[in-house]
Amino acid sequence: MNTDSLPRAFMVLVRRDLVLAIRHRAEIANPLLFFILVTSLFPLGIGANPKLLVAVGPGIIWVAALLASLLSLDSVFRSDFDDGSLEQYLLSSHPVSVLVLAKIIAHWLITGLPLLLVSPLLGILLGLPSEAIQVLFITLLLGTPVLSLIGAVGVALTVGLRKGGMILSLLVLPLYIPLLIFAAGAVDSAAAGLPVTAHLSLIAALLVLALSLSPFATAAALRVSLS
Amino acid sequence: MLEQGYNRSLYAVMFNNFFHRLASPKHFYRIAGAWIPWLAGACLLLFLAGLYYGLVVAPPDYQQGDSYRIMFIHVPAAWMSLFIYMVMAGAGAIGLIWRIKLAEVIAISSAPVGASFTFLALVTGSIWGKPMWGTWWVWDARLTSELILLFLYIGVIALHSAIEERRTAARAVAILALVGVINIPIIHFSVEWWNTLHQGPTVTRLDKPAIHLSMLIPLLLMALAFKLYYAFVVLMRARCEVLARERSAGWVRELVE
Repeated sequence: MNTDSLPRAFMVLVRRDLVLAIRHRAEIANPLLFFILVTSLFPLGIGANPKLLVAVGPGIIWVAALLASLLSLDSVFRSDFDDGSLEQYLLSSHPVSVLVLAKIIAHWLITGLPLLLVSPLLGILLGLPSEAIQVLFITLLLGTPVLSLIGAVGVALTVGLRKGGMILSLLVLPLYIPLLIFAAGAVDSAAAGLPVTAHLSLIAALLVLALSLSPFATAAALRVSLS
Repeated sequence: MLEQGYNRSLYAVMFNNFFHRLASPKHFYRIAGAWIPWLAGACLLLFLAGLYYGLVVAPPDYQQGDSYRIMFIHVPAAWMSLFIYMVMAGAGAIGLIWRIKLAEVIAISSAPVGASFTFLALVTGSIWGKPMWGTWWVWDARLTSELILLFLYIGVIALHSAIEERRTAARAVAILALVGVINIPIIHFSVEWWNTLHQGPTVTRLDKPAIHLSMLIPLLLMALAFKLYYAFVVLMRARCEVLARERSAGWVRELVE
């Protein structure tokens, strides 16, 4: 990475991750297919009663998005850790938190954005009303970046461990719970015709909080993991 | 040290020396060993006093009768779960910023104790809830956020045991604990911000306590007893952790022989 200025380094990192993802399409497709499959399993498992599906649909879609995001988190730092680039990020003269933000943004574009785009389809599969699907889209738009940001802290803590996958879930899922509660609550309210501004404001607040603090926590965690 | 303290009073120098010694594992081991019996004794006395005042002297509640008395375990346990998390996060931050070994030791020694108190608070709350609310569990804001606190403690313990090198593990755990600190004000204010089944704050608020003195006194006695319990248990655990960390040091070998 021979770039002099920080914005160039940032764009180089984002472009590199996007190009790598396009060349390994499985990295984009696998979490997406997992999301669709898990959401489809529920009507098969709990019976296709439309009222029941509308009642639990928002929660199912959000939990599936959470799990898909969790599974895809490993790819944020894994390949860089394995080939040594991660240490180069830490050794470079650029602030690590900005480089980490670039990686997280690229990760969201690769994994979160496809989930977001497919969610209206899944809403229709579960028979959600159109207001609920709109609010579902907005909650995922605001919420999937939060999943990537909070997940990045967990991944940074466990990247050096051999069996980091299981423990990553244990660390990151409790931090995801408030987001899940607000997002599912928002879509439930929308399905019932109630106002959703409170829920959406809280999710937006979580996004701003994660966006401002998570890069620093992730950078500190990376330093610890690579020490 | 005394040269530096030349312009300061003797007391300031003694104070400084005490804290410098306390931060050294070898002296901490000795000093903590001396304090533990006293803390345990005081804790026992406070437990006996608190339980006597709470179970025998305090009057039955006009609404709940005698079954409210589990409050004398439930509320102090819940207070301890929050307090210990803040101590763990604070000690973790000190270990992260100033690299003081003993801060790391205290942080990791506190985690299982905090998890136990959180579990105790949840279980005693459930037991209280069944006759009072008619249900063992309800997913309201306070109970859910306390459950998240339990998961955070378990995550800290799991992460620490997953990383082999102790100092790296301590620093990783400090970061995790600091990320989870956001949950503490959520737990405390959950009964004000949301419509919850759990009752609102009666003691830890700016107004005067909404509880009668005859019940407040045993509650505070039990809270103090739990704090002393935490103090001597964390010192015992910290001594073990210090021995494990410093096992190759000379003073440990002397102790073993």
